Amino acid sequence: MSTASVANHDAAHDHHDHEHHDNFVTKYIFSQDHKMIAKQYLVTGMFWALIGGLLSILFRLQLGFPDMDMSFLRPILGGWIDEAGKLDPTFYLALVTMHGTIMVFFVLTAGLSGTFSNFLIPLQIGARDMASGFMNMISYWLFFISGVIMFISLFLKTGPAAGGWVVYPPLSALEQAIPGSGLGMTLWLVAMTFFIASSLMGGINYITTVINLRTKGMSFSKLPLTIWAFFLTAVIGLLSFPVLFAAALLLVFDRSFGTSFYLSDIYIGGEALPNTGGSPVLYQHLFWFLGHPEVYIVLLPALGITSEVIATNSRKPIFGYKAMIISLLGITVLSFVVWAHHMFVSGMNPFLGSIFMFLTLIIAVPSAVKVFNYLTTLWRGNLIFTPAMLFSIGLVSFFISGGLTGIFLGNSAIDIQLHDTYFVVAHFHLVMGSASFFGMIAGVYHWFPKMFGRMMDAKLGYVHFWITFVGVYMVFFPMHYIGIAGFPRRYYSWTNFEFANMYTDLNMFVSVAAIITFGAQFIFLFNFFYSMYRGRKASENPWRSNTLEWTTPIEPGHGNWPGEIPAVYRWPYDYSKPGAEEDFIPQTVPLSATPESNLPHEQELVKVELEIMKEEEEVLVSNETSH
Amino acid sequence: MEKELKYVDMVEQPIAMHPKKFALWLFLVTVVMIFAALTSAYIVRQSEGNWLEYDLPTIFWYSSGIVVLSSLFLQYAYSAAKKDNLVGLRSGLSLAVLFGVAFLVSQWYSWVALVDENVFFVGNPSGSFLYVFTGLHAVHLISGVIFLIIVLISTYRYKVHSKSMDTLEMATTFWHFLAALWLYLFMFLLLNH
Repeated sequence: MSTASVANHDAAHDHHDHEHHDNFVTKYIFSQDHKMIAKQYLVTGMFWALIGGLLSILFRLQLGFPDMDMSFLRPILGGWIDEAGKLDPTFYLALVTMHGTIMVFFVLTAGLSGTFSNFLIPLQIGARDMASGFMNMISYWLFFISGVIMFISLFLKTGPAAGGWVVYPPLSALEQAIPGSGLGMTLWLVAMTFFIASSLMGGINYITTVINLRTKGMSFSKLPLTIWAFFLTAVIGLLSFPVLFAAALLLVFDRSFGTSFYLSDIYIGGEALPNTGGSPVLYQHLFWFLGHPEVYIVLLPALGITSEVIATNSRKPIFGYKAMIISLLGITVLSFVVWAHHMFVSGMNPFLGSIFMFLTLIIAVPSAVKVFNYLTTLWRGNLIFTPAMLFSIGLVSFFISGGLTGIFLGNSAIDIQLHDTYFVVAHFHLVMGSASFFGMIAGVYHWFPKMFGRMMDAKLGYVHFWITFVGVYMVFFPMHYIGIAGFPRRYYSWTNFEFANMYTDLNMFVSVAAIITFGAQFIFLFNFFYSMYRGRKASENPWRSNTLEWTTPIEPGHGNWPGEIPAVYRWPYDYSKPGAEEDFIPQTVPLSATPESNLPHEQELVKVELEIMKEEEEVLVSNETSH
Repeated sequence: MEKELKYVDMVEQPIAMHPKKFALWLFLVTVVMIFAALTSAYIVRQSEGNWLEYDLPTIFWYSSGIVVLSSLFLQYAYSAAKKDNLVGLRSGLSLAVLFGVAFLVSQWYSWVALVDENVFFVGNPSGSFLYVFTGLHAVHLISGVIFLIIVLISTYRYKVHSKSMDTLEMATTFWHFLAALWLYLFMFLLLNH
């Protein structure tokens, strides 16, 4: 006990020393402060979201208007638009590949976990900073390097990687296969290696911090659900990213050193390649062992943010706190044993398929628990519709509508029909893409006051929400029909197929909706940057929330709390407690200070609490005198 | 039920471990996952047939002995440091480094032996896998050797002693882990060959 508190004192002194030495470079660029690193992740993530979104608009133009003259895009795309004003088919493949890679890894992994794990973990558990600020800084800069490499690959003469975001061999392993499998693929692999290193460093830091640096009283049973979600996300990443590294390593050997891990008996132009004995399905196993947990790496932080935002803005304790934790744990464990449901039609043993089908369908249970808990938290709450709250409710909506289609896709028999169609695209864009994106946006609206000391404009937030929410459904709902009709993914054009004619209008509709939805994001961008400088000044606790971050100064400095780190006495969800004066009781308020609202068994605990507080005071006094 | 959970332990400092040591353990987890992925890939691929059979280089037995000895020397250095026995610490550490390098050399000769057997990196995956296992392990071991050398240098600056064991402790953990990892790989190859 005593050694721990001495260590805390030392840490506090260290931070005070640092504060005087901040210059522009150490404050804004090579910062080791978790809050600045979080903002770096956020802004980089927003940059990538714009790029990723723009790419999707480009290929949506092709899909919705296959006869369109795209000459006007020549200033950006140059040679990728041919003489007749048509988009180059190989570049179309590159567009979908890069859209997927950027959105999954750079936006919804780095941009989401990177931002909110960094920002909220120390603030909500009561720590001065991450366990290793230096490693945290390295983590961001590795991500940055990874991004630079990926960005450069967009401008290669042969184009960026084009084998789909899953980069299956042999397509990705053979340079002769498509232009994108040349240098673009090499850069993709290099960029991903940096990205994996960055994620692992970040993850190690998050786990270490959550386990070792919690403030007094912050037991695991008093952690906000955000922290539980970030913690388990980091655990998933720690276990799955190394496997992607192993898969990528073998792919590199196949591509550049001539080994045959994934290649066997391939003929190109009538010539047999020397590779023999490899197995492309092996790559799929390795890839999806990361690939499926990755879905939850993307989703869990968003669910955590939603839990917090919904409880705060319903002015009600989260329904089933313990059930929420158990379902998070359940999802974490199950995420590792369902990967082969991506491979039902890969030629895998069908008996294996039924096992994976069974395991996959079990995931519906913890997911449903979470959905019901969100709904029951909202039920008869004093709802306050802040933009963050709207986006959180939007997340719940997407999670339901996208999750239901997952039950179909998880069936190995139905998957034979639906595999690699737009039905799959619709499913994962709703349940994983849009839901996580909404969680991220909700987080930005909710914690913007803590990040920048100002409020974002709520009216613009409402406009942003409604256009985006309706827009997302307009884009992805029709895709279910297109998918059931048999439209395969990643096809440049369907004009050669008779059956496709009757869906031309629907595809056009989707494209228009996508453009409008993408356009609405500029409202958010304007709101974000405008409010950063001109927004209304925030108060200390604008959402009247219980968690620790709102006990810091409005713009917390390096070290977060100017004095002692506050101790925690209660769980984070004491909203509208019967008998209490206010409709919220922050975690730092001892039970002994709220006799009017304590439940009988809490009254018992007050006695214990008072004793401990007395001891604490004695320790403090002796520390003061010894200093 | 829930309410009980909330208030059981009041204001206590949560149990905490040295953050850097903890982070090291997490790093070891990631290394375990890489090798778990590779060795399971080996099994999956092997079960599909078309698998080249060849003899494992006998030199692996010697390299296993060397790496275990190296671990023992480091353990000796660790207990010497605990007793502030600086001579024992330095000699133990130096021997551990020396045997670590010897291990790398013997791994190199295992590759030579494989080539003599006409098993190359490029060719049937059954051979390629062996090169990947040994090579990737060697890369980690080189980082371990560098770590040990850094600790060795710091012993000459009198920075490692019974009251400042953290770095040495972490180096020892990492080194033992690498030895165990090699033994696992070797046993795995013996059993699945």
